[in-house]
Amino acid sequence: MALDIYKINPEFRDIMPQEIIDLEEKATWSVNRDTPRGIKELPDTKELLEEHSLCAGCPEAAALRYVLSALPKPEDTIIVNSTGCTSLMFPHIALHTVHSLFGNQNAVASGIKRVLDWRFPDIEKDVVVLAGDGATVDIGLDYTLQSFFRQENITTICFDNEVYANTGGQESGATAKGQVFKMAPLGKKFDKVPMWELATTSGCHYSVNMTASAPKAVAKAVREAILVAREIGPTFLNIYTPCILEIGLSANEGLGEMKDQDKDRFASYKYVSPEAEEFLKKCKEEGRI
Amino acid sequence: MSKRSDMTNTHNWSGQKLVSTDYLLFEAPREKHFMTGSEVLKEAMKRCTVDASVSYPITPQSEAAHLIGELWAEGYVGTYFRGENEFGVMSEVAGCAMAGARTVTTTSGPGTLRAMENFPQWSGTRIPCQLVLMARGINSPLTIQPDNLEVSFMLETGCMIWYAENVQELFDMSIAAFTVAEKPDVHVPIITVVDGFFVSHTREAVMLPADDIALEPYDPYRAPLPPIDSETPPGRFLRDPFVMKSNYISYATHASWQWEVRSAVERSRPYAEHYLKGLIHITGEEDAEIAFVTCGTASNQAKEAHRELMKLGIKTKVIKLRTIRPFPAKELLAAVEGIKHIFVPEFNVVGWLEKEVRKELYNKCEADIVGGPRVAGGMSMPAEAIIAEVMEKINPGKGA
Ligand SMILES: Cc1ncc(C[n+]2csc(CCOP(=O)(O)OP(=O)(O)O)c2C)c(N)n1
Ligand code: SF4
Repeated sequence: MALDIYKINPEFRDIMPQEIIDLEEKATWSVNRDTPRGIKELPDTKELLEEHSLCAGCPEAAALRYVLSALPKPEDTIIVNSTGCTSLMFPHIALHTVHSLFGNQNAVASGIKRVLDWRFPDIEKDVVVLAGDGATVDIGLDYTLQSFFRQENITTICFDNEVYANTGGQESGATAKGQVFKMAPLGKKFDKVPMWELATTSGCHYSVNMTASAPKAVAKAVREAILVAREIGPTFLNIYTPCILEIGLSANEGLGEMKDQDKDRFASYKYVSPEAEEFLKKCKEEGRI
Repeated sequence: MSKRSDMTNTHNWSGQKLVSTDYLLFEAPREKHFMTGSEVLKEAMKRCTVDASVSYPITPQSEAAHLIGELWAEGYVGTYFRGENEFGVMSEVAGCAMAGARTVTTTSGPGTLRAMENFPQWSGTRIPCQLVLMARGINSPLTIQPDNLEVSFMLETGCMIWYAENVQELFDMSIAAFTVAEKPDVHVPIITVVDGFFVSHTREAVMLPADDIALEPYDPYRAPLPPIDSETPPGRFLRDPFVMKSNYISYATHASWQWEVRSAVERSRPYAEHYLKGLIHITGEEDAEIAFVTCGTASNQAKEAHRELMKLGIKTKVIKLRTIRPFPAKELLAAVEGIKHIFVPEFNVVGWLEKEVRKELYNKCEADIVGGPRVAGGMSMPAEAIIAEVMEKINPGKGA
């Protein structure tokens, strides 16, 4: 597969906004490269159109850029997303993405991955799920866990903002106990679902809980999780991307909120299975991470 | 296990010779076998060069799903697994088909409803997958009896719907189904329906072509939407406005897309006409004044009633609808010319077929339409019930 499949139709080039041209020329799969560039080049590159539909300052937008910059093989990566704020970003990137329904992301991804392995046995194709906490922990929990049980070779990333943001701020399974949100007028009744622990016990070979405060740490986790999923089995990342709108922060306060949470609900958790650990050591020796 | 890379220009990965649908359906020599509907579906899929299948147990389709799994184990199907439930399965089917696979699954009754949100999503993403629906009653109360109420829920999902009467039709139809669904100007999902138990569990004589020939593989690069395989440009990048954005363009985009899906179903007519040898099949007397409009096994019972009524000197004809979406409106209208009484015998309580018939014939046909007889909950429909309905109409109060 050639990187230049992402090129703009030449007939439309002269009417394209500059930021779309930038997306082609300065994105993850930028031309004249054998390997994708990494997180360090983020300031000079572009993965996501500025005209996306998220709120100004929403940490999801920054976190998505970190994720995209860390894909080991973007030209052969498919992202499966789910209904919610996260899904609003995907029409504004230059990558194959699928939005099907709310909650079925890991099932759709399973079908895609199995067929890509069948159709292209000699090409590494990565399938990455990226969805909100409502999609992952509530409506789609069954499909998420079952894909772990079945040992699907996919990476699941949850952008955990601890709320149903897109529908206007209802509590989700990931909301902290006691938090008052719409549909939980007396405060949420049960503890935050430790999805990263469920992932570990359900068969993931790599499971992480973190915030999106440190781009390098996010990029490393994404790169490792995708490589492990490709070779060994399912992997999971839970990344705090606060909904600044619903918790009443202004556009420049997302980063501070994430930093605060680095020591609290999102204190670092990392599980790596022995097989995955060995594999990652090998990847390091080979310079793949 | 079979490998896709084992495929050549002339043979598929399991070594079967590739032939056209016309050859497979109309020209290849056939031999007589004695099989159930489940078994014959395995035989059909064996000749379809199927890439992917996902399954989940529910009576009465479980056996068909087991047998497709066996086909995979035998090397005929590319990838196969059991999903977590029907919503999961239909989502996995969507993923398989989006990634460029010829994909089949089967379900029944409650499974259909559990998976419901997926069907309009299938048609909305224009995947040409096939669901073989072995219709069964809907809970509650709990039932595993035959019934075809669930088909009424499927009518407006944007999928094509075909209806097979018996084991032989199930075989031929499920092969034709992929072919029509995959035409680039159609390219929508297809639901092939049979009445569960009556067809899935009934052993009948059936004529089958040899099993060393099979359909040409599906070519996702002829699809109207790019497959999600990273080999072709992303579908949306720099093209469609995302329809969630609230502006006039997005409303228009969504509206026109819905019309386009329905137009694609309409465009299947000439292909279905060819491969099914007509969207309707008529048996009985040409100069009859009484017609039965039917689908599925109700057709069989109506034909039985027709034979009995002939003995009483009453001329009838049976108009069997083979496609429900698209609805064969023109063919039906032509077939009811000169008819005074139309009966619509059905295996469900709501009379969804009667509603369809009435809607299409409204203001276009003078015939009096009787929605009946109607049985539900798994009850059989004896020819006597149909005859009684006719006699009551033409000879009120006197009975059959
Ligand atoms: C079957 C179904 N139920 C409900 C909805 C409405 N819905 C849309 S987005 C959403 C919440 C999304 O929350 P989350 O997954 O946490 O993502 P976020 O918006 O917070 O990023 C809901 C409930 C839907 N689209 N489909
Ligand atoms: S509502 Fe919340 S999660 Fe959604 S875009 Fe706005 S800040 Fe981000």
